[in-house]
Amino acid sequence: MAQSDPALQPRCDMKGHPRTDEPMVHVDGVWKRFGKLEVLKGVDLVVFPGETYVLLGPSGGGKSTMLRCINHLEKIDGGRLWVDGELMGYRQKGDVLHELKVKEVAKQRSKIGMVFQRFNLFPHMTALENVMKAPVSVAGMSRQKAENEALALLDRVGLADKVDVYPGQLSGGQQQRVAIARALAMHPKLMLFDEPTSALDPELVGEVLEVMKQLAHDGMTMVVVTHEIGFAKEAADGVALLDGGVVVECGPPNDVLVNPQEERTKVFLSKVLS
Amino acid sequence: MSASSPQALSSQGAAPPPLGGGAAPLGGSLAPVPVKAIPVRHWGQWVGAAVVVYLLVAFVLSLARNPNIEWDIIGDYLFKDLTLRGVWVTLYLTVVSMAIGIVGGTLLAVMRLSDNPVLSSIAYGYIWFFRGTPVLVQILVWAYLGALYPELVLGIPIFGPVFASAETNAVIGATAAGILGLGLNEAAYAAELVRAGIISVDKGQQEAALSLGMGGGQTMWSIILPQAMRVIIPPMGNETISMLKTSALVSVIAGHDLLTNLQKAYAQNFRIMELLLVACIWYLFLTTLLSIGQHYLEAYFSRGFGAQQADRAQRRAFKRAQRRGESGAV
Repeated sequence: MAQSDPALQPRCDMKGHPRTDEPMVHVDGVWKRFGKLEVLKGVDLVVFPGETYVLLGPSGGGKSTMLRCINHLEKIDGGRLWVDGELMGYRQKGDVLHELKVKEVAKQRSKIGMVFQRFNLFPHMTALENVMKAPVSVAGMSRQKAENEALALLDRVGLADKVDVYPGQLSGGQQQRVAIARALAMHPKLMLFDEPTSALDPELVGEVLEVMKQLAHDGMTMVVVTHEIGFAKEAADGVALLDGGVVVECGPPNDVLVNPQEERTKVFLSKVLS
Repeated sequence: MSASSPQALSSQGAAPPPLGGGAAPLGGSLAPVPVKAIPVRHWGQWVGAAVVVYLLVAFVLSLARNPNIEWDIIGDYLFKDLTLRGVWVTLYLTVVSMAIGIVGGTLLAVMRLSDNPVLSSIAYGYIWFFRGTPVLVQILVWAYLGALYPELVLGIPIFGPVFASAETNAVIGATAAGILGLGLNEAAYAAELVRAGIISVDKGQQEAALSLGMGGGQTMWSIILPQAMRVIIPPMGNETISMLKTSALVSVIAGHDLLTNLQKAYAQNFRIMELLLVACIWYLFLTTLLSIGQHYLEAYFSRGFGAQQADRAQRRAFKRAQRRGESGAV
């Protein structure tokens, strides 16, 4: 899926970017601190609609924090962050930022699906109820319609026979596929994946990656934090390596993963691939 | 399988393997042979049980043959009007006070965990005060509130406009004072139980709900609290059973609960032991009822955690299939 025209290849920032349409995710010099610890130190990232962008890097490099900033689960301390043209979590009047109300943030988040490392399915609801919950109580969809859509989504992730089962009875891979269906149920414009296969037994990783590849193929815009280099090579349009809170290198997977320019990228890849 | 020659393997056919073979041979359809073993005998348990039964029988006999207890009186008072009215008052006080306690406690717990410093300070102050003073004093203060504020006034404090007013003693009678004292005190304790339940739920649940676009209230009500209930119910059952007996404190303000009524009766007829036994029988009966209720509540809120979930899931699938069948027919 990597673009063949070199001018259209993914980049880190908007400077001289050939694509003129609105990016889905635009991260502009974002800083994030936890107390004295600086986790992100001016990160730039641009993801266009339909692209799958993989964030790689060593633990503690800021990948997950970056992802959580995108849907405002973490507040940023500096820079700007837009999703689909909307400033996340703030309203800008002149030069002044105003924090959005909880409800307004919730509305922004409802357009962004998120899949977690530890699934975070609602354990007191069946697979079907998990998927139906947000469409019914956030989007105000009728139960009948939500149920039909949920059944279709669960079928799409290969779990048509597990709709009435509680998460506790499902394997990790099945739980994660339910979680993907749950996120898709809100018809998101963007999907965020936070190490979706890291908590899985090795033999279950494949089934989850398969669903994600299919999604990428269907044109979903995705930002994926993962250690699966194979997935990045096969499904990503863009790859960014985050280390020490900055983007060390980014570009199409064939450049970054096959022919890295930066020393830190080479070191990281040699560790991961060995 | 014990190692055997190929002929022996193939000759087994449908007959079960002779001994010790747990699994059927590859590709075969033999049922596994159950392990026959003599279980470990726990002789100590039998001896222990015998001793306990012996002591129980001895105790019951010592009561039954006790010349100091007149069983007729117990039978007589067990269903006397005085007793039944007391049971009713005790139950009523318990149910209403616990309702106030649980609703108020949940509200206080959510307030205390809120990011809003005003709400969390109010909750903290409330819990500090109502947990820190004796419930007996609280009941008395409500009962004698008229001595402090003879009139209850609905209006704007300090500036003066009054919309309505009433005599305090007319509004807060003995029962109301009891309920206020017990209920508001219980809310402070229940708040901490509910808070314990809420913080026991994994933080990822809240994040998942937020990422789906759910608001704070929705997340709390439909995601966090239902899961917290699993943790909250056992100690809350404790509180309810405790309340059943604590409600006897209303005796200080002329309440008419079970224990108070029987105490008044034995103050006149001096059948102290008999009437206390009557009280115990009723308290035990009510506690048993509450425990049964608690069992079902726990089963409901451990859905997704328990073992009987397969059953319920099947019923759901069946219901949905039925519904779809009906809507398809229309």
